[in-house]
Amino acid sequence: MTIASLIASPSELTDTASSKCAIVLMTRIRLARNLAGNPFPGWAREAQRETVFEACRDALGASAQMKKGLNVAVSELSDLEKQILVERHLISRELSGAKAGAGVFISKDQTLSVMINEEDHLRIQVLRAGFQLKKTWNAINELDSALEEALDYAFSPTLGYLTACPTNLGTGMRASAMMHLPALVISNQMEKVVRAVNQLGMVVRGLFGEGSDASGSIFQISNQTTLGESEEEIIKRLGSVLNSIVEHEQNARAKLMESDAAKIFDKIGRAYGILQHSHMLSSGEAMNLLSLLRLGIDLGLFPDDSRSVIDRLFIEAQPGHVQQTSKTDLESNQRDSLRAERLRAEFAAFAKPNFTINSHN
Amino acid sequence: MASPLKCDLCPKTATVHLTQIVNNKIHKVDLCEACAQAKGVTDPSGFSLSDLLLKASLNPEAATDAMRCEHCGFTQNDFKKHGRFGCPHCYETFNSMVEPMLDNMHKGTNHTGKVPQKALDRKSLHDRLSALEGNLDQAIKAERYEDAARFRDEINQVKQAVGQKLTR
Repeated sequence: MTIASLIASPSELTDTASSKCAIVLMTRIRLARNLAGNPFPGWAREAQRETVFEACRDALGASAQMKKGLNVAVSELSDLEKQILVERHLISRELSGAKAGAGVFISKDQTLSVMINEEDHLRIQVLRAGFQLKKTWNAINELDSALEEALDYAFSPTLGYLTACPTNLGTGMRASAMMHLPALVISNQMEKVVRAVNQLGMVVRGLFGEGSDASGSIFQISNQTTLGESEEEIIKRLGSVLNSIVEHEQNARAKLMESDAAKIFDKIGRAYGILQHSHMLSSGEAMNLLSLLRLGIDLGLFPDDSRSVIDRLFIEAQPGHVQQTSKTDLESNQRDSLRAERLRAEFAAFAKPNFTINSHN
Repeated sequence: MASPLKCDLCPKTATVHLTQIVNNKIHKVDLCEACAQAKGVTDPSGFSLSDLLLKASLNPEAATDAMRCEHCGFTQNDFKKHGRFGCPHCYETFNSMVEPMLDNMHKGTNHTGKVPQKALDRKSLHDRLSALEGNLDQAIKAERYEDAARFRDEINQVKQAVGQKLTR
């Protein structure tokens, strides 16, 4: 598979049936792994990184999971291609700026990706649309065990999997969920939620990880610690935190509808109007408008099956994806105009909001 | 009353006693007046107990820049600069520095999760093979040919057990 055909193909995030859990957009787990006897990528010389790259490439190439997938060195990717992969959560920003010997394997359905020579020799990742911690763990556990057939992982009986940064020791696992929490944002409760979640040993971040903002009211919640608990225990604890956030979001929605339905309907109605008629849209504004429409769908103002359209547009409104639809290099304001044009086309045929129904969400 | 506490950083008597809760765990540090001053403990805004714990864990005499990973040449100063280690072996080299860090960083200090069993089995077979090969060499040199034949047979057995999985 080539990068061009991968970008053109439907991905797990852009083309899934509307998920049953409206609030959790995506579940993702990554494992950090290193090869025994080899310096970590940040400390290794170029030749050492190349050696590790080849060993990992052979192991991944032989795995059933990566059959017909994409296998590419970072140096072979254009800036735009890298950005598109970042926007699809298939590679990290760190990898896109990585030095020689860095590369990525991506499965054909774009649910599995393995970065080579990022911070660790291997960063194995599985992502699934919706709230699917167990399935995601099973898939990544299987891939990890398959790679272990051929690769000697650096492992200590007491410290677990050895990683470049001591914060990833032990399981080397970061499990996370991307959550859509507009009602908690509108009712100014996010700060409180973040504090409570931190106290439970979990971290809240913006859409694109550390340091990114939370446009579109989308947040990533993940485990903070990796040592001292088994993978199953971490996942169980994260799951219960996520469930309680879902509950808080649902309560916040019910409360808003009780006390201020007109205000919420007004926000959603205006967002709908702007998406249908605007001519300039930044990605941040587009995300916020799409977020309001998604809330509208959850409240029953739009048909349920339109949720997958919004989820696809969350990704396609990102700068790299907009740029990709144009043949020439765009300035940021040209991109805003093209984004508005694409969204106008998408929303011309979108169902009208039905404000008469009485929502119980 | 017990004998007065000694400063964590020098042999003097500690007069400053600090307790801080980091990640739901209580950490205590005892310092003498001079060390407390030097570490900025008296200035609450610029002080973090976890930084101090990291430094206090190192015995001042041992904490010279002589600590260097024999596998990759990484030093303690490199860790201060990058916050990442050089190679998997560094965790043994800098064990005295890692251990106290883990308390603040993680839920526990012992791994209880997944174990790469296949890789570990492969390693132990590999170790067994090199031991046998050493024995074989010695037996041949000492002209103990009966022993040599036995080692050769054992080597073949182990190799068969490993099958094609043994790649290195």
